Amino acid sequence: MTPALEARGLTKRYGSLAAVDDVTFTIAENAITGLLGRNGAGKTTLMRLITGQEFPTSGSVRLFGAPPVENAAVLQHTCFIAESQRYPDEFRVKHVLAGAPRFFANWDAEFADELVDEFRLSTRQRIKKLSRGQRSAVGVIVGLASRAPLTIFDEPYLGLDAVARQIFYDRLLADYGTNPRTVILSTHLIDEVSQLLEHALVIDSGRIVIDAPVDELRSSAATVSGTTEAVNRFTAGREVAHREQLGGLQSATVSILSDADREAARSAGLEVGPVSLQQLIVRRTGGFTTAPTTIPEEATA
Amino acid sequence: MDDSRPIFRQLAEQIENQIIDGSLVEGAQVPSINEFAAFHRINPATALKGITLLVEAGVLYKRRGIGMFVADGARAALIAERRQTFHVEFIRPLLAEARALGMSADELADLIRKDTTP
Repeated sequence: MTPALEARGLTKRYGSLAAVDDVTFTIAENAITGLLGRNGAGKTTLMRLITGQEFPTSGSVRLFGAPPVENAAVLQHTCFIAESQRYPDEFRVKHVLAGAPRFFANWDAEFADELVDEFRLSTRQRIKKLSRGQRSAVGVIVGLASRAPLTIFDEPYLGLDAVARQIFYDRLLADYGTNPRTVILSTHLIDEVSQLLEHALVIDSGRIVIDAPVDELRSSAATVSGTTEAVNRFTAGREVAHREQLGGLQSATVSILSDADREAARSAGLEVGPVSLQQLIVRRTGGFTTAPTTIPEEATA
Repeated sequence: MDDSRPIFRQLAEQIENQIIDGSLVEGAQVPSINEFAAFHRINPATALKGITLLVEAGVLYKRRGIGMFVADGARAALIAERRQTFHVEFIRPLLAEARALGMSADELADLIRKDTTP
């Protein structure tokens, strides 16, 4: 199967800062992939490169087998919902919805109207007068109703309340079920979306540090805790992502633990606990140097 | 659904439990992949993996274009399988805790008898 997206040696430099640093990955067709990482990790720059809004310093991107820059045939199959989409001052919600079919061949106007009701918007409202959360809702509606073969959401829920975010997740899953398409969801609310994702791509300081199926990540790591001595004995020779010490007790996050390992740990009197996707990613990205103060996401906005 | 084990395995176990407790009878149709995904708020690919596990184990079978059904004999097979793992999953942790508390096997047996005789 040809991947929906293929990046090879992709690099974007701003002066001495490599916002995206020699990344190579593919994104499978008709899967929901999470692009996860800290603020300033390079998520937005990567998405702008993917959608042809930014020229790479070196390397290449192919969307459905073709380069995206100034390529109408490819771009009309792509919907990119940016973190803070801007519209002309006079625009009302209905103008955004009326313009959408020009850009998106699969636009479903009826679905968009349903979503407007669900997010309690009115098509007569001026975009300028909407709250932060309501403006995010407009982006989510466009992203969902576009049914674009490649739909990219960049932190789509800024200001959205918990109810609206749940509507977004539920509608995304239901519509994706009946109309499979490739979805990239960029977010740092990892726990909220971890069950929606099939694949996780974690970026840190411009580099891909995790590229794996979520199921695999979830089942691979575990925490073992017990007396320091027992934990040390069990973890000897294993890859430990993190340790915490409390008096004579220790808790260690072990990267890979098979069923037999779990059994062995329990027999050794250790407690084996889960590691959430969020914890796992925090552990794996925490050891890297933090992002520089000039945040590339702002530099490119 | 919790974080401790792969979600597809948890989904498969839930369906097994429903078959064992009789809320899903043999021959009954089970919900579709998309219905499972929407209900549990999980990715449809994950739901498919869980269902595939049960199809491969012969617990469910597919009828093309109609849906997924509980296989004949699924309940008895599941119960036999669960009895096999009962020792490791329930008795051993019970004994470990009893040992830590200094309880003898006889004391345990008495407790069990007390709770099972009315």
